[in-house]
Amino acid sequence: MSAAPHFVTPLWEEEIPGGAHWSGVVRRGVVLRLVALADDANVATLFYSREQPLERYNMADTLKAQHTAHLTTGCVCYSDMGRILCSVVADTCGWHDPLCGLTDARSLESRYGSTRFQEQRNARIVSGIEAMLVELGKYGLNERDLVANINFFSKVVVDDSGALGRVAGHARAGQFVDLRFEMDTIVLLHAGPHPLDTGTRYAPAGVRLEARHAPPPAADDVCRTRCPENARGFINTERHHR
Amino acid sequence: MIDTVVPAGEPWMGVIRRGERFRIVDLEGNQAVDTLFYNADDTHEHYSAQNTIQAQGRIYLTTGSLLLSNRGRPMLRIEDDTCGRHDTLGGACSSESNTVRYALEKRYMHSCRDSFLLALARHDQGMTKRDLPSNINFFMNVPVTPEGGLRFADGISAAGRHVELSALMDTLVLISNCPQLNNPCNAYNPTPIRVMTLGVATRESA
Repeated sequence: MSAAPHFVTPLWEEEIPGGAHWSGVVRRGVVLRLVALADDANVATLFYSREQPLERYNMADTLKAQHTAHLTTGCVCYSDMGRILCSVVADTCGWHDPLCGLTDARSLESRYGSTRFQEQRNARIVSGIEAMLVELGKYGLNERDLVANINFFSKVVVDDSGALGRVAGHARAGQFVDLRFEMDTIVLLHAGPHPLDTGTRYAPAGVRLEARHAPPPAADDVCRTRCPENARGFINTERHHR
Repeated sequence: MIDTVVPAGEPWMGVIRRGERFRIVDLEGNQAVDTLFYNADDTHEHYSAQNTIQAQGRIYLTTGSLLLSNRGRPMLRIEDDTCGRHDTLGGACSSESNTVRYALEKRYMHSCRDSFLLALARHDQGMTKRDLPSNINFFMNVPVTPEGGLRFADGISAAGRHVELSALMDTLVLISNCPQLNNPCNAYNPTPIRVMTLGVATRESA
């Protein structure tokens, strides 16, 4: 049985232009599909519980529970409270980076030059950190809430010495990742370049969002059955909603 | 001057001044020392795992590693390291993550996050769980494979090994000397550490 949402018309769709940021609430029981609109896409992403935003995506718990340093189908995104915010139920890209963080204004300026709204208007370059601080602020959150993020569509490998290597050209236009939300979640997205992208031309890919209803995770769900840790994560999450 | 032994399962907080050296000694070997650093004058600025590994292009910490804040500023530099590798990815254990990682009934065992929260409550300066980003695990070996796997490997530290940092700003240190009993990385035997300041560094920050 495929875990991909093969059902129906989206509840809503949204296209985020390259370089732009977005946030919104995605409810439990909804699959959010992120579609790369061009090659080499990167979507910096953060998750917070809608019910209590102090409960938030936790990089370390996500990695160590699943013994992984990358995300793909079958993986889940853990909160710091032992619950699952969302599950990766389908993925045509194959590898998403949970390690490398956000771009900052200084590194972007050194790579692409200085930009300001005064001259470039909405073509100015916004850093990952600025994008997230703006979206966090809409929920009364601030830099205290800015935890380690995921970079969807980016592949970064680690060699035996611990050195990071970004794989250029990893994501292709049209590839998608499906995130099934297991809790009502505030989702923050920034369609900006990956921090290890060494390209000197600023042309970040856009991303399309498609939201659909999802059936509850079955007993043989690809994420629930990936490892005993995830089975327990689903128990914790289901108890929270009873 | 700071010079104190922290038993396993206890938190420790202290301030080290800009220019001072701070040493952590793994007294009995393979102990995990969960550590966070804050700007002592503004604790909203703190160690950032992702900024640090992004800037150095490497996930492990050792001599020469510059620890960066969430605002991209250098906070401390590792000046000396007789262990060789420290973890940036494994984070802290918590009662909730223990239910996921080991078994639902492990909720009631002591954890690093409990130590962190108790230390912050006693510190009484308004710091809460919001102020707990991903921490460093000194002396812990968490290798990532080229295939993107991650595991908690046997420790590479040993009795008496130490790591020594110089403070590049006045820094509030928050340590949980890890009480984890479910992970072979410390041979299921949490042990004491020694923390100490060694006065002003000979090599001042640029």
